[in-house]
Amino acid sequence: MSAKPRLGVFKFASCDGCQLSLLDAEDELLAVAGAVDIAFFPEASSRMEPGPYDVALVEGSITTAHDAERIHEVRRESKFLMTIGACATAGGIQALRNWGDSEEFVRAVYAHPEYIQTLATSTAIADHVKVDFELRGCPINHHQLVEVLASLIAGRKPRTPTHAVCLDCKRKGTVCVTVAQGIACLGPVTQSGCDAICPSYDRGCYGCYGPLKQANPTSLADHLVQLNHPPAQLVPLFRSFNGYAEEFRGVGDGMERRMKDEG
Amino acid sequence: MSTTTTQTSPADPSALDDRLFLARDNLQALIDLLVAQGHQVIGPKIDQGAIVYTEIQSVDELPRGWTDIQQPGQYRLEKRNDDAYFGFVVGPHSWKRYLFPPITTIAVADQTPQGWEMRGHPGPTPKYAFLGVRACELAAMRVQDRVFLEGPYVDPIYQSRREEAVIIAVNCTQAAATCFCTSMKTGPECQSGFDLALTETAGGFTVVIGSTRGRALAEQLPLRPAVAEEQAAARAGRERAEQQVTKQFDTTDIRDLLLKNLNHPHWADVAERCLSCTNCTMVCPTCFCSSVVDVGDLAGEHVERERRWDSCFNLDFSYMNGGVIRNDVRSRYRQWLTHKLASWIDQFGQSGCVGCGRCITWCPVGIDLTVEVAALRSETAV
Repeated sequence: MSAKPRLGVFKFASCDGCQLSLLDAEDELLAVAGAVDIAFFPEASSRMEPGPYDVALVEGSITTAHDAERIHEVRRESKFLMTIGACATAGGIQALRNWGDSEEFVRAVYAHPEYIQTLATSTAIADHVKVDFELRGCPINHHQLVEVLASLIAGRKPRTPTHAVCLDCKRKGTVCVTVAQGIACLGPVTQSGCDAICPSYDRGCYGCYGPLKQANPTSLADHLVQLNHPPAQLVPLFRSFNGYAEEFRGVGDGMERRMKDEG
Repeated sequence: MSTTTTQTSPADPSALDDRLFLARDNLQALIDLLVAQGHQVIGPKIDQGAIVYTEIQSVDELPRGWTDIQQPGQYRLEKRNDDAYFGFVVGPHSWKRYLFPPITTIAVADQTPQGWEMRGHPGPTPKYAFLGVRACELAAMRVQDRVFLEGPYVDPIYQSRREEAVIIAVNCTQAAATCFCTSMKTGPECQSGFDLALTETAGGFTVVIGSTRGRALAEQLPLRPAVAEEQAAARAGRERAEQQVTKQFDTTDIRDLLLKNLNHPHWADVAERCLSCTNCTMVCPTCFCSSVVDVGDLAGEHVERERRWDSCFNLDFSYMNGGVIRNDVRSRYRQWLTHKLASWIDQFGQSGCVGCGRCITWCPVGIDLTVEVAALRSETAV
């Protein structure tokens, strides 16, 4: 990439936490600002320059007809489009609406539902446009974000590990919370990224970084049921920040069907 | 051996007897001696619901009066009805994490006006003393010695740590349901590879000297000759451990059994259950795979080269130009098991399995390699 790459940061349906992760990267922020030309980042600066952009960071999911149009504009203006966070890569926590009735939610929440224009679903950016790189996490790990930006500047492959959370626990010496305490943990089916924070505080992994590639959540869910975890609690465990990611969606839906069949 | 009599002159290192005795109240003297000699003592301690290996300075930190109950995919601590210091078997950690650390910086490089300046980053070698090494763990160290020290490329990190480490072995006096050292011929009694080996009895420990370094330690410890009752109690404890090893693993012709059945349908059966999460390889005291990555700063002026534990269960582990070689869980589980139990023999002249049972206990879904091999054996036409 010649000279300083022009960076645009775009927000869709999200909590802004991933953008804040970038602003939170205090040690690296000045280096990032020096290495790239931040042309569009409304969360950080009122200077908003038009495209094209060399790199677009896209946060958030598609939940409105307007956003479904706007993401195509972003794509047209961007050479390299990277999604950041669980909303952009899997639909986010707001994808819980995909299992419900969004019109009913709107009526329950808003005094004037007629002002609300929303789609029935929350979907990932990749469901709408071609995505060049997905950075996982809820929120993203700013070290990984800096690593990906560094790799783009250097013209090399980004190094964002795709192994399970378990490997991080073992490197750190954290004892397995499932084996030693019977805690339901999504670590074995979740991609690394947080350095296994929750198990080191005696909590199971919540799956913030989404499904491991070739994950086997069905086997894990079956085993957790054998350990007497009620399916009624396991379904929401799989259906959280990355619940609409295909692998987690499938196992949650399967458990729900079985619960209904068994009455 | 400040209180020795003439009968307790240092034993022949090869003699596996129980001639010496360390009273229970003098166990702290052993730790103090090791610390005084500049060693960082690593021993068993309860943490996060398990007995792990970590730095200790006092006998009060040992899991006195606790034991571990293990089965496939499950580990629990339980109170014992006595106050034994070593009344448990092996936990989630192995000594591997001290001899072959999970993450090590092996080199650093800086960009200078004259170009890249690269230098090795060996770091200081920790001077460990391992307290409570079991027979299967001694065997695991020998397996890793073969890998790291006895091939054409010697690993300097492992080598320096291994040479410095004092090994205080402890004989098992009980076994877990996951133990199968007797099938792998690695235990339960410590035969060699230690400086001192202790067997715990009610009043203290019988002591066996296994090396000149061990003899030098013994000379500075408050040891006395063991009496016949103490020797009998130690022997009974070791025999109890052996009798409690109920898991049997038939290793007859195991190399050919596995390597001649690479397309056996049972591999797909295991893959239905396997999470490919790497836990078995991480807890295995002999698995030695790592990857090396360069971690650079944003400016591209400073790079650190790190070696990190890696696993054949990772999809990217078999990534080569053009793609991933082992592109499904079936082929990754098969790779691990056939290497551990079969091609390891071709490569290093011995099995890669020591029968400690960690991969069985710490598999989150309780896959038991001995059961999988037995199933493959029973489903194979002879």
